[in-house]
Amino acid sequence: MVALLAGALLVALWTAAHYGLSDDRRYLLPTPLAVLEALGANAPVLARATCNTLEGALLGFGLALAFGGLAALVLSLSPLVRAGLSPYLMLLQLTPVPVLAPLFVLWAGPGLRSVALITFLVCFFPLVVNTTQGLVSTDRQLVELFRMCRASRWQEIWRLRVPAALPYFFTGLRIAAILAPIGAVIGDYSAGSSAGDGGGLGFQALIYSSQAKYPALFAVVAITGALGFLFSGGVLLLSRLALGHWHESYARRDV
Amino acid sequence: MPPASAIVEFRGVAKKFGDGPPVLADITLTARPGELISFVGPSGCGKSTLLRLIAGLTGVSDGVLTVDGRTPEQAAAELAFVFQEPTLLPWLNVARNVEVPQTLRGVPAAERAVSRARALALVGLAGREAAWPRQLSGGQKMRVSLARALTLAPKILLLDEPFGALDELTRGRLQEELLAIRAQQGWTAFFVTHSVAEAVLLSDRVFVMAASPGRLRAEIAVPLAYPRTAETRLARDYQDLVVEVSRRLRVAETAATAA
Repeated sequence: MVALLAGALLVALWTAAHYGLSDDRRYLLPTPLAVLEALGANAPVLARATCNTLEGALLGFGLALAFGGLAALVLSLSPLVRAGLSPYLMLLQLTPVPVLAPLFVLWAGPGLRSVALITFLVCFFPLVVNTTQGLVSTDRQLVELFRMCRASRWQEIWRLRVPAALPYFFTGLRIAAILAPIGAVIGDYSAGSSAGDGGGLGFQALIYSSQAKYPALFAVVAITGALGFLFSGGVLLLSRLALGHWHESYARRDV
Repeated sequence: MPPASAIVEFRGVAKKFGDGPPVLADITLTARPGELISFVGPSGCGKSTLLRLIAGLTGVSDGVLTVDGRTPEQAAAELAFVFQEPTLLPWLNVARNVEVPQTLRGVPAAERAVSRARALALVGLAGREAAWPRQLSGGQKMRVSLARALTLAPKILLLDEPFGALDELTRGRLQEELLAIRAQQGWTAFFVTHSVAEAVLLSDRVFVMAASPGRLRAEIAVPLAYPRTAETRLARDYQDLVVEVSRRLRVAETAATAA
């Protein structure tokens, strides 16, 4: 409710700002109405671009989920493995995407595959780091309980370490969900292609910008934001489903 | 060979970790089946290490330790441990938590359910199977932890300050419940505590320990009659024993400081 009011206020301010500008500079800030019109007028193009970006984002996110979980399991097995691999993981995260993009294009070709790879890269790190942290932070006494019960290594991992790491995993997943649409758009921006079924939102932003179609550019911004909400919302929902019944962070408090 | 009447026997047992100073030295004691033995002593006297040795969680550095006529590792199936913290798995409800040890041992579900129901009834938590750990009070969590240990029908129960974190009232009630359960089940138990009163109420024998290295300084038999209840606390001979153990404890601490 409060958020809706704030939104309405923002739109009003925005419109006022548009009319506050001199006539020759109003193109800098199209009215929300003009943006909506552009959205309608370019609907087929934008819908296709959105689908392409969504596909890249989901694919990259899914890859990060699968490989991130696996990598975290491997890393959690021994401090030696962690010490050996951590610097390279860091390196992967520290290399800026625009620098890597041409390499991905070289290997995977422009378009979806490169976009997915870039999204994967962006999402992978927060997932691995958080999940690994969770897997090695299991309560010592719980581990002793399992040892007392003569649990196998396998049982210790699946019945103890993995569930205990879930809250950490979801923290990583939330970060990754925020980064996935951003990664896909940036990926598209630097490795997108109009070949085949056309580019995604990043590519479309480039085109609109070069054509000086600013209301349409704003429409792309709005869609990107909406995608971000979709991803974060989805993960929040998942997290509630998985942790809601037991984790402290979901406990009802009377305070 | 240990005498047939011994279920746990320490003979000249010493323990040290790595190249560190000895944590325990010259521990010799024999526990008879069904006995409850308490260890009281200052922090760092190795009380918990004693339990961990019996549990086979760590090995002896010197001497011989026999559990149920075997090595601690071989006897592991006869043991259950109750930790200072309830150590429940927060993502499992009460029922599944109580079943954890049997689940890990591959006991079929039907059989697990029977032991679980029996154990939860013993600790007064029948009907709370579906509750989550976060919904329970400290005392209830400890009851679940106790029930979990009892599902294994252990010959030997190891309790490491299980009531230490509870408020006085809850603690008293759990002590009485433990006495009642023991009367029904007759396991042998080793109980580590900071509370002299608790040790005297629950035990057949109390060992006073001194630190660096941990040694058994004094052995006090507790000939109070069973069944022991809340009334026992008011009895003169109980109170005399508490005073006696406290005095021995102070002597042990003074000797350690002087050394």
